[in-house]
Amino acid sequence: MSLALREALRAFQRTPMLSLLSVTTIAFSLFAFGLYGLVALNLRNALQQVEDRVEVRGFVAAGTAPEAVSAAVGDVAIFPEVGDVRLVTETQALERARRELREFADVFEPGILPASIEVRMKPGFRDPQTVRTVARRLEAYDFIDDVRFGEEWVENLYRLRTIASAAGIALGLTFAFVAMIIIGSTIRMAVLARSREIAIMRLVGATDGFIRLPFLIEGFLKGLLGGVLALVLTWIAFEVSGRWVMQVTYFEPLVAVAGVAGGALLGLLGSAVSVGRHLRKV
Amino acid sequence: MIRFTKVSKQYARGGPALEDLTFHLRRGEFAFLTGPSGAGKSTILKLIYVAERPSSGEVRVDGKSSVTMSRSEIPRLRRRLGVVFQDFRLLDDRTAEQNVAFALEVTGTPSANIAPRVQRALTQVGLASKATALPGELSGGEQQRVAIARALVNDPLVLLADEPTGNLDERATRGIFQLLRDINSSGTAVLMATHDLDLVRNTNLRTLELNHGRLVFDSAAADDPGAVQ
Repeated sequence: MSLALREALRAFQRTPMLSLLSVTTIAFSLFAFGLYGLVALNLRNALQQVEDRVEVRGFVAAGTAPEAVSAAVGDVAIFPEVGDVRLVTETQALERARRELREFADVFEPGILPASIEVRMKPGFRDPQTVRTVARRLEAYDFIDDVRFGEEWVENLYRLRTIASAAGIALGLTFAFVAMIIIGSTIRMAVLARSREIAIMRLVGATDGFIRLPFLIEGFLKGLLGGVLALVLTWIAFEVSGRWVMQVTYFEPLVAVAGVAGGALLGLLGSAVSVGRHLRKV
Repeated sequence: MIRFTKVSKQYARGGPALEDLTFHLRRGEFAFLTGPSGAGKSTILKLIYVAERPSSGEVRVDGKSSVTMSRSEIPRLRRRLGVVFQDFRLLDDRTAEQNVAFALEVTGTPSANIAPRVQRALTQVGLASKATALPGELSGGEQQRVAIARALVNDPLVLLADEPTGNLDERATRGIFQLLRDINSSGTAVLMATHDLDLVRNTNLRTLELNHGRLVFDSAAADDPGAVQ
């Protein structure tokens, strides 16, 4: 192992420009992927915030006994799709309207707005179909006059989310694939640069496993360094965006660590494939 | 120790390189492989160190058959062989002793044994005083000596030399040839491919002459018909 590590480090020392090129290529490939990740993360967060506002509102008929409404609130709360239910009395409805809508500023007469049961869905149950089902169940109470949930809005939002997810996955896979191709080619160059050494190793009786190990370490280190550099670059992009464009969210520490580890893994796999292919050929 | 039995080698694009070749190289023997370029000399050496496999027939080296040998057995066999080439094949960024040590390091020799064995091999080839020189600082003959030291350091059964004097002047050629004779005297078999006929004619060593991939002359068979089977 110590010899393999020494040989891997020697490769950095012997071909510094090629090593630097490999690390920066890996870094920029991962940086492009990271930038995409930042955009995807913030888009997802923005959609999440909008999604959190999906709610079903059932308007209670005037004169309904409070016990009946409370019982209904209790019933609805145990629906598996429901995250939160609350009762908004006539007074609370008016207060809210006065707070949010200017045309209600001078209205003080209670009873002008009906009481309502407001239902928020759990994450994962905000698709139009589920929302509609909950609305129907709420509508079934005979003291509910009307149910609204902005059907068209929910459908558009859901469609947008589906498109964003599909595009996100497709773009993510494309970026990852391109990064892998670039990283693989870079490592292949490093392997070819040392083909003479590989030939000598084989000639004197080194096993394929032994020949592979320094390359795997080298690929791992390059991937790791590239990953760290990519992380620094995305952090700079994040700071620049925060200062001059818009405030965005950065990766959670665990995701950042996973990104760097992913870089190292890509380096390792890229090396394994390139060396394996080379050893099969010679 | 090395036995070729009805060996033919066909390259997909190059046509036949060897045809129906049968000969036996004994332990401790010195033999020349001669013939014009393209006659199949290098192919024979490649078949011995298993860089190639025969298209038909069998090559046996130290009891291992080309027919049954698995890929994982090849490195172990190569540790029993030493190979040198016309172009030396040294690592330019390593000193003479590092080049020699490399052969031991990559085969997992314990580090305590490496330095004395490298020293012994360099002494054997007469280069102990240039152990720390880089290949670029050495003459062609000296570089070939480093390559021979690297081939010898694992105490091989046979030294395979593919045109080892092809890049050397006459004086260096004589020096390298004498070194190979000395190595042979100490018990290591030597199979040397060369087209330097002067070198061959001035000795009474065994000569295997090839032409168009066929063995056209074997001096051992001429002296003793039992040597070629």
